[in-house]
Amino acid sequence: MADTASTVARAVEQAHEHEWAFVLAATARVAADLDLAEDCVQDAYAQALVHWQTQGIPRRPGAWLTTVATRRALEHRRRAAVSQRKLPLLMPDPVDEDEAAAGVFPDDRLRLVFTCCHPALAQEAQVALTLRLVCGLSSPEIAKAFLVKEATMQARITRAKHKISRSRIPYRIPRLADLPERIDGVLDVVHLVYAAGHTAKFGDELIRTDLTRRGLDLARTVHLLLPDSGEATALLGLLVLTQARHAARVDEAGRLVLMRDQDRARWDSTSIDEGLALVRDALAQPPAGRFALMAAIAAVHSEAGQWEDTDWDEILGLYDLLLARWPSPVVALNRAVALSYVDGPEAALDAIDTLAAEPALATYPYLAATRADLLRRTGHNQAAAAAYEEALAFTDNAVEAEFLSTKLDELR
Amino acid sequence: MGKYLIMIYDNEAAWAAADPSVDEANHLRHGEFARANQAALRGGARLGESNTATSVRPDGNGGFAVTDGTFAETKEVLGGYYIIEAADLDEALTIAKQVPAPMGGIEVRPIID
Repeated sequence: MADTASTVARAVEQAHEHEWAFVLAATARVAADLDLAEDCVQDAYAQALVHWQTQGIPRRPGAWLTTVATRRALEHRRRAAVSQRKLPLLMPDPVDEDEAAAGVFPDDRLRLVFTCCHPALAQEAQVALTLRLVCGLSSPEIAKAFLVKEATMQARITRAKHKISRSRIPYRIPRLADLPERIDGVLDVVHLVYAAGHTAKFGDELIRTDLTRRGLDLARTVHLLLPDSGEATALLGLLVLTQARHAARVDEAGRLVLMRDQDRARWDSTSIDEGLALVRDALAQPPAGRFALMAAIAAVHSEAGQWEDTDWDEILGLYDLLLARWPSPVVALNRAVALSYVDGPEAALDAIDTLAAEPALATYPYLAATRADLLRRTGHNQAAAAAYEEALAFTDNAVEAEFLSTKLDELR
Repeated sequence: MGKYLIMIYDNEAAWAAADPSVDEANHLRHGEFARANQAALRGGARLGESNTATSVRPDGNGGFAVTDGTFAETKEVLGGYYIIEAADLDEALTIAKQVPAPMGGIEVRPIID
């Protein structure tokens, strides 16, 4: 019956990875306080390490952990009620104590996600809270992911939790009327987490798999919980298609490979099929949202057997739609790249000239890198070299820096 | 339930430049807002313009420095407020979005009791 310590440790680790959000979400509703809920859940995981060795690993580890954590939270609430201490202010529905005692727990993960991504919180706090409470990352892990001091990240999370309780941000799924806007906010956070890992802003690796994995997990969870949201479907499709190309983005030596030079045999065809199906689902619910258009662009790339087969007219058209409804300098820059393959690099250079004054792109390495590539393609090698140098000055990622240096050397 | 202070921030220059009919229409809309949200309203008032404000700060020597003007110099200044009672921030924000504020915006803060 008894399991070895290492088997149990692995089971607890797996339960942490897969069940954390479910356990915490259920416990937060009972605890009516995020800090108390976190304490109770952490305690339940610690108990699991001990109890599962003697009692065996339970058939449903998540239910076991939730039972232990919520029981502890209930005890705490009763003690608080007896001592007349003021209860914390997370605003949930009343808890059915009989159900909780019987181990019946509704899936509260959506409440948790919507609370973490509440628009009354700053977006960087939304990201931090989501990674901490939904993904179960520790504050030091989140601090490391975003290159901020541990104390800074801890303070950011504490401030956000304080605002949740002080201003009574509800632990609830938003009303139907608010839902589309609130879903957009959640999807932005998930996209940010993935994007931060897709091309790391700093460090020796191009891709931070810890963040891409969390971003993809989050997108899967949100899609599972909001199956009717076309945008949630589209975001998952976009991330699955992007993920499918990861293996080809760096070569054996760890060097960056642009999409036009990638070995498409290394693209993950199973993921591409999954992603394309998701994009089709999302586009079947018009009008196409922001992520549906971005996912459609990724889909057009995925469908090209080789670089030369890329349907740039289609991609340019999709960027035009995106830019018309959700204008942003970054989208305008990407549109210019598509334009360069439809009307030529000169036209694209004209298009990005106007972007140079955008404050949002002032230190964005891809503006200079794109200009460098366009100048190189038009034979302006000296100007291209200068632009590569500019791009180099703005990147803190070693893999990108090496790529840009190589390009620079080729021009000299 | 919790109480919230809804602060109306106005660009006074925009008000000064506006036709008096805009002010009258705004006044009517505040009346409509108050009627529609009677159940939640606990108080509220329109404030005098910022050039009627007087600030008082301790002078560090046990006395006070009294100066003309608002506490902080900002383009948008507090022009009025409501106190409401709401179940949570979402409910408070739903009410706040109905407050007429054609020359600025609204800040919502929980009242700690």
